[in-house]
Amino acid sequence: MQRHRVTEALWGYAFIAPTALGLAVFYLWPVLQTAYYSFTEWGAFGGHTWTGTDNYVRLIHDPEVGRALVNTFAYTFLGLLSIPLAIVFAALLNRKMRGVGIYRTFFFLPVVTMPVAVAMVWRWLYNGDYGLINYVLSLVGIDGPNWIADPDTALYALVVIGVWTSVGYNLIIFLAGMQAIPADYYEAAELDGAGPLRQFLRITLPLLSPTAFFVSVVSVIGSLQLFDLVFIIAGSGNAARANPAYPRLETVVQLFYDRAFVTNDRGYGAAIVIMLLLIITVLTALQFRLQRKWVHYA
Amino acid sequence: MRERVPRIVLHGVLIIASVLMVLPFLWQIITSLKTLSSATAVPPTLLPEGHWANFGKVFDLLPFGTQFLNTAITAVARTAGQVLFCSMAAYAFARLRFPGRNALFAIFLSVLMVPPQLFIIPQYQIMADLGWLNSLPALIVPGLFSAFGVFLLRQFFLGLPIELEEAARIDGAGPWRIYWSIVLPLARPGMVALAVLVLLWSWNDLFWPLVVNTDPEKMTLSAGLASLQGQYQTDYPILMAGSLLASVPVIAVFVFLQRQFIQGIAQTGIKG
Repeated sequence: MQRHRVTEALWGYAFIAPTALGLAVFYLWPVLQTAYYSFTEWGAFGGHTWTGTDNYVRLIHDPEVGRALVNTFAYTFLGLLSIPLAIVFAALLNRKMRGVGIYRTFFFLPVVTMPVAVAMVWRWLYNGDYGLINYVLSLVGIDGPNWIADPDTALYALVVIGVWTSVGYNLIIFLAGMQAIPADYYEAAELDGAGPLRQFLRITLPLLSPTAFFVSVVSVIGSLQLFDLVFIIAGSGNAARANPAYPRLETVVQLFYDRAFVTNDRGYGAAIVIMLLLIITVLTALQFRLQRKWVHYA
Repeated sequence: MRERVPRIVLHGVLIIASVLMVLPFLWQIITSLKTLSSATAVPPTLLPEGHWANFGKVFDLLPFGTQFLNTAITAVARTAGQVLFCSMAAYAFARLRFPGRNALFAIFLSVLMVPPQLFIIPQYQIMADLGWLNSLPALIVPGLFSAFGVFLLRQFFLGLPIELEEAARIDGAGPWRIYWSIVLPLARPGMVALAVLVLLWSWNDLFWPLVVNTDPEKMTLSAGLASLQGQYQTDYPILMAGSLLASVPVIAVFVFLQRQFIQGIAQTGIKG
């Protein structure tokens, strides 16, 4: 019996060994190293020296960090618009009806499409001179701006792409949530004479609020890490500097990419992502606190 | 509630939304088949023109075939590795007893809480130290391991009936036999869900490939396309042709495995 136990334990360690090793080397140890690097400065030839809290002091006074934070927060907040849209369309699709599968596929296409490709297509749609959007606007007599190069519109243009790509993804999760609501609730409400809108507001929404909470936590975390779309929309390097709207587009992770891998200021880059970790932790904790005010657990 | 919304209104709203979802793709296809001069005509022409040469030009501007292979090999290798390694660890966490199991599982989970940008500088250093920059192993190796995959499959294994495994154990089968010939076949839906998510994520990822492989011959399609953007900003028909070629494979996989994709996401709520 004892021997059997020992064998089982050895098998257990053997089974987890590949992943445990891989996670330790490529994920766990790197987190500690990044934390350490955030207190160092990197020389031109890769060596680094301890500089204490210098990077963090610099971070607090860096106007570009401030700007990137404002942009990232604005994008994250406005991007939450995807949630009500996804709930409405999930409610419309949550029934036996011809074409449900096809509609769902259409909503889901942007989710599976390479973000670089998505961003290129939208860049073209947004083009000030030849873009489809401005052409359509010109038909109704509006002279559209140069969307992604205009500081007044660039961020909103970015949010539209973000919402367009995430609605389908959130919709799938809300559909699963709606299908878990027992049909009896609706039947009972029907007998009491409640109409469709009332049923949606009084049954669907409250019972869906745990799902909405989950989706909002996941989308805030994802939005705070926005990189791919901005990298293509705003450009990088000299092309980005030439875009007058760049100060309204640059995100925290893009700034990280620039500092850590373009100007090779790795210590400062490390401090930027440690800051990102703190922001994500605080905002997630805040959402968990606020959920008591609006999430109904049945 | 179902019957009272008039069908016409319902379909009307859904059709408008569908058009908004699909229109960018249609415009991408139409533009990819135009010459540069007709793509920049004012007012724009709305019909495709059959200018297929743009697709050939993508191959002249980028080592597109090589990048396609790099992307495919990376995606397949990461998927195979994760499905194997994660299912092994998941089986141990779900079924085997060993000292420190819960603590180890908690440590695995803690990786899930950290934004991936925190891994990148040290991972890059490791690749540089191994001399792996600008190589396929740089794209593949860190992506062979995943805390997410372990978590997803462990949940799935816990939901499987245990009776078959117990019967096999009484017949004298060891843990590896039980895992390989009983649990894995039963767990196929869970593993397919993980596989499609890893495939999607790996194919579309930009940040890591952009950082480790700067040689065009070693880039993935995401990074290759992104490099095209800088140099050929204005030749939109070629950019549209390239982005179409790069994204179509995953879209095709999605159309075939739609149910598994959607189940994977509905179960986990995490894209990758």
